[in-house]
Amino acid sequence: MPGGAIYIEEQAQMSLTFKESLTALHGLILGAGFLLAFTGGFAGLWGFRSEWLTNDGARAALRRMMLTTWTMAVLAWATVFIGTYALYPWYRAKPPDHITGLQLQGYPRSVLLANAGTAGWHKFGMEWKEHIAWLAPILATAVAVVVARQRHQLLRNTRLRRALLFLFSVSFFCAAVAAFFGAFINKTAPLR
Amino acid sequence: MTAENQARNTPDGGSWAAVLAAAIGCAAIGVLTDLSEASKSISSALSFSKQVGDLSGKTSLGIFCWLIAWAFLHFRWRRRDLVAPARVAALSIVLIFVSLIAVFPPFFKLFSSD
Repeated sequence: MPGGAIYIEEQAQMSLTFKESLTALHGLILGAGFLLAFTGGFAGLWGFRSEWLTNDGARAALRRMMLTTWTMAVLAWATVFIGTYALYPWYRAKPPDHITGLQLQGYPRSVLLANAGTAGWHKFGMEWKEHIAWLAPILATAVAVVVARQRHQLLRNTRLRRALLFLFSVSFFCAAVAAFFGAFINKTAPLR
Repeated sequence: MTAENQARNTPDGGSWAAVLAAAIGCAAIGVLTDLSEASKSISSALSFSKQVGDLSGKTSLGIFCWLIAWAFLHFRWRRRDLVAPARVAALSIVLIFVSLIAVFPPFFKLFSSD
């Protein structure tokens, strides 16, 4: 320390606006939680077979599957409702006529469409995301309800278990498409 | 009672009702997406929320179709094992693929009224 002076670095700030916080909740917490829970749920359903499990093992596996599938269903509904009714209106808001260029930054849809190089993120990415995302909670709910209602029936009913695995996988695919485009659209034209 | 005995006592009709109803709900969202793209009047009729636009109507009606189909199928099938579950599974897969294609932008833009 030259001359005995004390140097205090200015504290770095980390702040998020309300819109950014809600976007993070939608994508990073709820959406990512759904995608992470999928692995556990899929592995549980895949291995839920009478020839592989003891009675105690089946009961424990069933409890885990119920927790995972209901978690996925609740997360999926919360994600699509926040995305559609809180974030989407901000995304698609129309700017006043006199606003151009950098002033458009508060209007992500207009920012994307104003440039030919980014218009595809809206015309393909957002339009696919906003529709396909809604299939995920419907399919995840069906899986959760069947697991909760039928329980041990799944041990022996291979066809039903395969049907649930299919619904589960499509639900994951829908959520993954929505998450992929959500992340890149928010990178290209952030909601602030 | 062991887990396997419990499995033998539960009819599977209620399960298949949930699976098929989910597929019907997804297909309904897909069909409504294409109809909304094809007709401006349908699009504006589906704009239940001004801020959200026609997405609000497409998804609300899709969920309504799903729940109605689920209630109907559940009350028909809940007390029995289905005779032909393979047909229900096949129909569900077809409906889910229809919904995936119907909400794919290059497909629904084919119907665009712009």
